[in-house]
Amino acid sequence: MTFKTVLLGATAAMGLATGAMAQDDKTKVGFIYVGPIGDLGWSYQHDQGRLAVEEEFGDRVETVYVESVPEGPDAERVLTQMALQGADMIFTTSFGFMEATMNAAQKFPDVKFEHATGYQRADNVSTYSARFYEGRAVQGLIAGEMTESNIIGYIGSYPIPEVIRGINAAYLQAKKVNPEVEFRVVWAYTWFDPAKEAEAAKALIDAGADVILQHTDSTAPQAAAQEAGDVITFGQASDMFDYAPKPRVSSIIDNWNQYYIDRVGAVMDGSWESQDVWGGIDSGMVEIGEITEAVPAEVKEAALELKDKIAAGELHPFTGPINKQDGSAWLAEGETADDETLAGMNFYVEGIKGEIPQ
Amino acid sequence: MIRLERRPEPSRAWTVATPFVAVALTMVAGGLMFALLGKDPVEAIRTIFWDPLFGDFASYSRPQLLVKAGPLILIAIGLSLGFRAGIWNIGAEGQYILGAIFAAATGLAFYPAESWLVFPAMILAGALGGILWAMIPALLKVRFGTNEVLVSLMLVYVAEALLASMALGLLRNPEGMGFPGSRNLAQYPSAANLDLIPGTGLHWGVALALIAVIVGQVVMTRHQLGFRVRLAGQSPRAAVFGGVNPGWLIVVCMGISGGLAGLAGMFEVAGPAGRLGIDFNVGYGFTAIIVAFLGRLNPIGILLAGLLMALTYIGGELAQLQMNLPLAAIQMFQGMLLFFLLAVDVLTAFRFRMGRRAVA
Repeated sequence: MTFKTVLLGATAAMGLATGAMAQDDKTKVGFIYVGPIGDLGWSYQHDQGRLAVEEEFGDRVETVYVESVPEGPDAERVLTQMALQGADMIFTTSFGFMEATMNAAQKFPDVKFEHATGYQRADNVSTYSARFYEGRAVQGLIAGEMTESNIIGYIGSYPIPEVIRGINAAYLQAKKVNPEVEFRVVWAYTWFDPAKEAEAAKALIDAGADVILQHTDSTAPQAAAQEAGDVITFGQASDMFDYAPKPRVSSIIDNWNQYYIDRVGAVMDGSWESQDVWGGIDSGMVEIGEITEAVPAEVKEAALELKDKIAAGELHPFTGPINKQDGSAWLAEGETADDETLAGMNFYVEGIKGEIPQ
Repeated sequence: MIRLERRPEPSRAWTVATPFVAVALTMVAGGLMFALLGKDPVEAIRTIFWDPLFGDFASYSRPQLLVKAGPLILIAIGLSLGFRAGIWNIGAEGQYILGAIFAAATGLAFYPAESWLVFPAMILAGALGGILWAMIPALLKVRFGTNEVLVSLMLVYVAEALLASMALGLLRNPEGMGFPGSRNLAQYPSAANLDLIPGTGLHWGVALALIAVIVGQVVMTRHQLGFRVRLAGQSPRAAVFGGVNPGWLIVVCMGISGGLAGLAGMFEVAGPAGRLGIDFNVGYGFTAIIVAFLGRLNPIGILLAGLLMALTYIGGELAQLQMNLPLAAIQMFQGMLLFFLLAVDVLTAFRFRMGRRAVA
């Protein structure tokens, strides 16, 4: 029964949608965010991308957004409303919007969807993500060099491949410069919840961590580290420079601006096609925020060198020999990880203690 | 001089009128706030209250109102029974989660076999999950005199942890590429909770919510249980003398509210949500508390309040979309609604009097 109803719904909806679109020739671009645009992290950076699109195309484009959309049926409703109101293109900026994006895309075959960090595509659904693990490797190097307690705290959001990849990349690099280093991972089960994130940071600091890495979007861990004193942190998703030079000693910045401009441009000139993009440091999607003076000059130099090598393609953060946590071999000497394994990564590398929740 | 004087009897007229006055005041104060944000207040109010019902795309948003209001009404009806008796189940969110877990587990146990028995089995499991979770605070209260507000609330966080563990472990989709979350029940025909009439938003959960309103009304006005509940709420001592066993009443009220919350979770996971993910719950159990009070703990009132709440959600999204209103402003607006309701509520129990208090 489902397919038929979907078709019926789609025809009805399209009738309405074309009516709305006929009113103006501006390209209408929608964005849905999982957090508030004021999170100063993930959603904030996506909104910066939206503003960049507005600046680039001026009067030729109209953007709309809805923030803090729960990942579930609410997201599908928001997407449908956007499409009904004549959006030509919609960016769905969180992994959890995948199902809603696919469903809405089926209902509105003429609307182009861009889903961040997902793996399902269709003729009118592209996916895009950034190789944040490249940035994580640079963080890992700084973290391994800087820690005195040799305990590095890591605030995980959800145990999904993207987050696990980051933990592994940071650990491998930290271990390389400091064999004594140990990672403690706390799972917050949220992308944005300042109270929970602060709690996680405090728990890690109490457990002796003097470096905190976070894969959650608020600045609460930064504030917790500042309060605790001798603890360093890294900005996540956005620069979080308010906390520099310490605790924030560097950051990974997600820069979606160019990608969004390119894709909106492609819709305008009719060249848009479904694709899967995974951009790294070299593409500009992943930036390393300024390394502050709290980091010794030689460490900073090593970090920048690592960054340049990764950008130039001379070094892959996952280069063998690497074993999995259980001791089984993963990558042989000199072998690098393939994208497929990275995309579905659900194991720790050897040396990380604890288990991935499952 | 104006002063407040307690009414000998709560005013019936004001009991009915306060929600409307509160909505009107919310529109005024909210409109002022929107104006201060530089938006046209009339357009904003119209977008929130009118467009979802009669706007250009109302044929889509009207069914969505039912989808959003269904679980709110179902849960609130259950809660109102206990609230009237002075039994405070604050943990409906947890019971909602447990209902969804039980139902999803039952459905997935049969996957991929097709049978008409799957859906009824899931309904029973969902109700059972909610009831069991509600029995913890109920029995602890009866046996040890613990505070059901605290216990039921704390159990929400336990339920959330359980949900995360289920989504990551036991109920995880084996074909999910390593990502958390169960299979999509909405794509499993025997388990799917689809629209009874396609395109109307009227799924089994919404239908049950409407039935619950009617049954709730009959129970409260005509059935002995309703009488006992009201008696216990008005005067616990009189209720005891009147032959009401307080322990029995606690178990029954918590059981009914837990069961309905569990059912709401069941219908949500089998239908609109489809998937049991870590973020499955979005606060229906807590919002239903507001709905119960907004509806004056009266089944018909709850029906209207649930629809109104859903309207502010969907209208709020439209206002974000069409007018670029920030979400925080929408949430403020929703908060105002409850604030004014409570503020105006004073009028049901008190009245204004001009002049000095007469010397007795």
